[in-house]
Amino acid sequence: MLRQQVQGLGRWFINTVQRLGRGNLFFLRVIRGFPALIFRQPGLLISQLHIVGVLSLLIIVVSSVNVGMVLGLQMYNTLVDFGAESSLGPAVGLSLVRELGPVMAALLFAGRAGSALTAEIGLMKATEQLDGMEMMAVDPVRRIVAPRLLAGIISLPLLAAIFSAVGIFGAYFVGVGMLGGDAGAFWSQMQAKIDWHDDIINGIIKSVVFGIVVTWIAVFEGYDAVPTAEGVSRATTRAVVNGSLAILALDFLLTAIMFNG
Amino acid sequence: MTSLTTQQGEKDRLVEIRKLVFGYAERKIFSGFDIDIRRGQVTAIMGPSGTGKTTLLRMIGGQLAPQSGQVIVDGLDVVKLSRKELYKLRRRIGMLFQNGALFTGLNVYDNVAFPLREHTQLPETMIRDIVLIKLEAVGLRGGHALMPNELSGGMARRVALARAIALDPMVIMYDEPFTGLDPITVGVVMQLIRKLNDALGLTSIIISHDVQEICAISDYLYLLSNGRVVGQGTPAEMQANESPAVYQFMHGQPDGPVPFHYPAPALVDDLLPKPTVAKC
Ligand SMILES: Nc1ncnc2c1ncn2[C@@H]1O[C@H](COP(=O)(O)OP(=O)(O)O)[C@@H](O)[C@H]1O
Ligand SMILES: [Mg+2]
Repeated sequence: MLRQQVQGLGRWFINTVQRLGRGNLFFLRVIRGFPALIFRQPGLLISQLHIVGVLSLLIIVVSSVNVGMVLGLQMYNTLVDFGAESSLGPAVGLSLVRELGPVMAALLFAGRAGSALTAEIGLMKATEQLDGMEMMAVDPVRRIVAPRLLAGIISLPLLAAIFSAVGIFGAYFVGVGMLGGDAGAFWSQMQAKIDWHDDIINGIIKSVVFGIVVTWIAVFEGYDAVPTAEGVSRATTRAVVNGSLAILALDFLLTAIMFNG
Repeated sequence: MTSLTTQQGEKDRLVEIRKLVFGYAERKIFSGFDIDIRRGQVTAIMGPSGTGKTTLLRMIGGQLAPQSGQVIVDGLDVVKLSRKELYKLRRRIGMLFQNGALFTGLNVYDNVAFPLREHTQLPETMIRDIVLIKLEAVGLRGGHALMPNELSGGMARRVALARAIALDPMVIMYDEPFTGLDPITVGVVMQLIRKLNDALGLTSIIISHDVQEICAISDYLYLLSNGRVVGQGTPAEMQANESPAVYQFMHGQPDGPVPFHYPAPALVDDLLPKPTVAKC
C-alpha cells in the first residue's frame, strides 16, 4: 500500500516536471514564430486580436463597471466616517491600477479567451487538423499557436487598462454622482497620489506578465491535450484553473517585489 | 493490373520500409518488417484495428520516427531529413485523414486553397481555377461555399481528397477511407481513388480493414498483424492464401490466430473466486 502511494507520488512528480519541460520548450518554439508572423502574415495576428481581444471586451467592461461601483460605495461609506471622503479618488484609483485591474482582467480573460483557445486548439488536435496541417508542410505552431499567443500578450494589458479606466468611472458615478462626494477632490487627489512609474507602469508590467502566462498556459494545454473529447474538456478545465492560480501566485510575487522595495 | 514485375529495380519503388521497429512506452507496435510501395500502383495495408496502421502512415510522412529501421520515400531516408527537407518532401505527399481533418473555420473553397496559398505565390485568380478543377474532380464544385459542418461524411472526405491533390502530389495516403460511409458513398470513394491514381499517374497507399473494397481496387496487399507482415500478394493471391492468419482476416472469421477473447484466466476461476489472502 505505502509503496504504491510512494510510486504514485513519484509518477505524479515526474509527469509534472516533464509537462513543465514540454511547456517551456513549446513556449520557445512559439516565440520563434513571432517575427515571421508579424512581418509576413500580419493578417493572422489581426484576426486573432479581434477574436481574443475585442470579443473579450464586453465581459471586461461589464465587470469593471460593477467592481468600480462597489468599490466607490464601500470606500465612500468607510472614508466618510473619518471625514476623509476626499481620498476616495486615490483609494479607488490605486486599488484598480495596481491590483484589481490587472488581476481581475486576467482572471476574466482566462475564463473567456483562455478557455476558448484551449478548446479550439485541443479540438483541432483531436480532429487531426493539426496533423493534417503538419502533413501539408505547414507548421501548426507557427500557423495556429503563434498568432493566438501574441494576440493574448497584446490584448490583456489593453483590457486591463480598460478595466481600470472604466472601474474608476464606475466609482466616480457612485461616490460623486450618487453619494455626493466632491468631483474636484476626486480627480485632483487621484492625480496627485497616483504615480506614473510606481503605480501605472508597474500595473502594466503585471498585466503583460499575466498576459504571457495565461495565454501560454491556454495554448499549451490545448496543444498538449489528449486528443479525445474527454481529453479536450479536461484540458480546458486545467487551462482555466492553472491559469487563474498562476495569476494569483504571480500577483503576490510581483506585488511583493514592486511595492515593498 | 501491373502487379509484381519484381526485378524492375530500385526506381520502381516509391516507398521502401526496412526492418521497421517501433513501440509506445512498453507496448511493441512494429517488430521489424519490410514493405515496398511501387510507383503507379494502389497498395493496400490491411490489419485489425490497433495494429498500428495509422502509425505506419505517420512514419512514412515523417511525423513519427521509428526506433530502428529505415523509411525511404522517393530515395530519401525520412528519418535523416532536416525539418526543412522533410517539409519539402511532404509537399509531394497528399494525406487523407480518417475523418477528412478539414479546417473547421474555413469553407470548402478555402480548405482546398489552403496548401496553394501556403506554398505557392500564385495569384488569386489562378488559385481559384486550380481549386475549382480539383473540386470538379471529386464532384463537389457546386459545394465550394459550404462550411465543413454542412458536409456529410462522404462529402467531407471528398473535399479532403481535393485538398490532398491540390499541390499535385506524387503519392496519396488514405487512412481508412471507407470507414463510416454508406455503401453508395463507399462506391464513389473507391472509384475516385482508383481513377485519380490512374489519371494523375499517382501512387496510392490505402490503410483499411474493409477486405471487399480493398480487393476491388488495389494492385497489391499487405496484411499486418501483431507487429509483422503476415501476408502479402495480389488480391487474388491473398484470397487464395491458406495460412491461418491471412485466411481469418480475408474471410472474416471471428476466432483464429487473432483471438476473440482478451487474455483472461479460465472462466471457472473467475466465477468461483478462491479466497485470497490480502497482502501488503
Ligand atoms: N500516442 C500514443 N501513445 C500510446 N499508444 C498509442 C499512441 N497512439 C497510438 N497508440 C497505440 O498504438 C496502437 C496502434 O495505433 P494506430 O496506429 O492508430 O492503429 P490502427 O490505425 O491500426 O487502428 C494502438 O493500439 C494505440 O492504442
Ligand atoms: Mg487508424
